[in-house]
Amino acid sequence: MKRRLAWLTGDARADRVVPPTGAPARLTLLTSAAMAFLAVFALTLSLATGRLAERWSQALADGATIRISAPPEQMAAQTKVVLDILAVTPGVASARALDPAETRALLAPWFGPDLPVESLPIPALVELREDAAGLDAEGLRLRLAAEVPGAVFDDHARWRRPLVEAAGRLRALGLVSLALIGGVAAAMVTLAARAALAANGQVIRVLRLIGARDAYIARAFVRRFTLRALAGAAAGTLAGMVAVALLPNADAAGGFLTGLGLSGTGWLWPLAIPPFAAIVAFWATRAAAFRTLREVQ
Amino acid sequence: MIEFQDVAHGYGGGRLLSDMTLSLPPGSFHFLTGPSGAGKSTFLKLCYGELSPVAGRISVFGQTIAGMSRDDIARLRRRIGVVHQDCQFLDHLPLAENVALPLTVSNRAANPTELDELLAWVGLSGQAASLPPSLSGGERQRAALARAVITSPEVLLADEPTGNLDWEMSLRLLTLLVELNRMGTAILVATHDMNLIRAAKAQVSARVLRIRGGQVQVAGAEL
Ligand SMILES: Nc1ncnc2c1ncn2[C@@H]1O[C@H](COP(=O)(O)OP(=O)(O)OP(=O)(O)O)[C@@H](O)[C@H]1O
Ligand SMILES: [Mg+2]
Repeated sequence: MKRRLAWLTGDARADRVVPPTGAPARLTLLTSAAMAFLAVFALTLSLATGRLAERWSQALADGATIRISAPPEQMAAQTKVVLDILAVTPGVASARALDPAETRALLAPWFGPDLPVESLPIPALVELREDAAGLDAEGLRLRLAAEVPGAVFDDHARWRRPLVEAAGRLRALGLVSLALIGGVAAAMVTLAARAALAANGQVIRVLRLIGARDAYIARAFVRRFTLRALAGAAAGTLAGMVAVALLPNADAAGGFLTGLGLSGTGWLWPLAIPPFAAIVAFWATRAAAFRTLREVQ
Repeated sequence: MIEFQDVAHGYGGGRLLSDMTLSLPPGSFHFLTGPSGAGKSTFLKLCYGELSPVAGRISVFGQTIAGMSRDDIARLRRRIGVVHQDCQFLDHLPLAENVALPLTVSNRAANPTELDELLAWVGLSGQAASLPPSLSGGERQRAALARAVITSPEVLLADEPTGNLDWEMSLRLLTLLVELNRMGTAILVATHDMNLIRAAKAQVSARVLRIRGGQVQVAGAEL
């Protein structure tokens, strides 16, 4: 390990045996920066959509209501039947009938505070919470339809489920993008390293003639490209993080997009991008170097 | 220390050299001569594993070259100093660094005073910082000799080391080779300069190998 570190920091003399590899090295620097910039967004997307999916499915599991429409004199009885059914339904953590005051509070924004709820044919509401296992919504619907025809089960899922699914899909796409970015970076570094090796055929020949081992020659190239990839990725990551930090705060708009961007420990993840880029560059260059060197007599 | 047994070589299917059986013992001094295109450079390249024989067996320091790993060949080359006919420098490095290169690639640092002495020995003290392309042919050949001996190799192979030198300089270089040989280095010089061979024979007991008709023969006293 210590030798590895010494290898990264020191021995400029060994590095000098290969002349500066201008264009391929610059290409590595630039692509690493661009790829790191993209990687920050892919990572942000995965983290944010992951959080959204979690939050939405939490909300999904949390709240569901049953609306009971019945003539006023049967309302209490039907509500009781519904509560009895819920009491024996697996997956229901708790259930409770909203009292008239709560119902009035719900309607107040539309009808004002003085609505005589009791004398109007307004449905009663039963609020229920699912437990972690979740309940069988279809089964519950069928049972309610059979026993309390006026009761309608609304589990909010009708509009939220596709959102949760979409968020999950986005998260997966974000991860796929990350993998693709890593792959493209590896391919670019490989090409750049091969170009550098090809341009230095004569240098490699001379080094071999005077007894340099393949590992020694490879190292000069690997070191160079690894450091370039690290520097480029660091710059790209920094730029990407600044761009994410400057994303407008969607909270103000009050939509579902709250929490796009990074938060809390999420900010630590992008810091893994530069070392990861360096590792990718290290192995890509090393593989390219040894393959090319074996082709040289 | 270098042994050839029924060695043959040729480029692209032909036979340039064949039936070579000979041995270069430690501390010996050999000349290899023959007309241009006879295969002198080819012979030297066989010795340090740049070319592999199409038949026969070459062993150096008791190890057969065929079947050696790439790393083993690299290690072998560190024990053999070679002055290549076309010198083979890294054009982007100053002369002093080029001369020290065999040490550099085996992760050793050249002792600065020894490096200075070595450059003075080949008369290149003033050119230490020059880039190889800016040197004259003769300067390059002397630098190549300095690089070949910096590791104190057990064997020195020199391919036309006097090709670009005037007679006076050739004699100087010969003196350097003889000095090395007296210190125990086995030496093989490929040349078609008969005068050089005659001058050498006055100083050391050198054997002359001649390539004729694809065969290597030991030349008689007729030189
Ligand atoms: N890589 C190669 N491919 C094909 N033919 C080659 C190759 N190298 C050398 N030859 C041929 O082999 C023959 C011997 O070449 P070599 O360089 O060994 O000659 P030499 O004796 O060193 O000549 P000189 O005195 O001019 O240096 C020549 O005819 C040359 O054209
Ligand atoms: Mg030759």
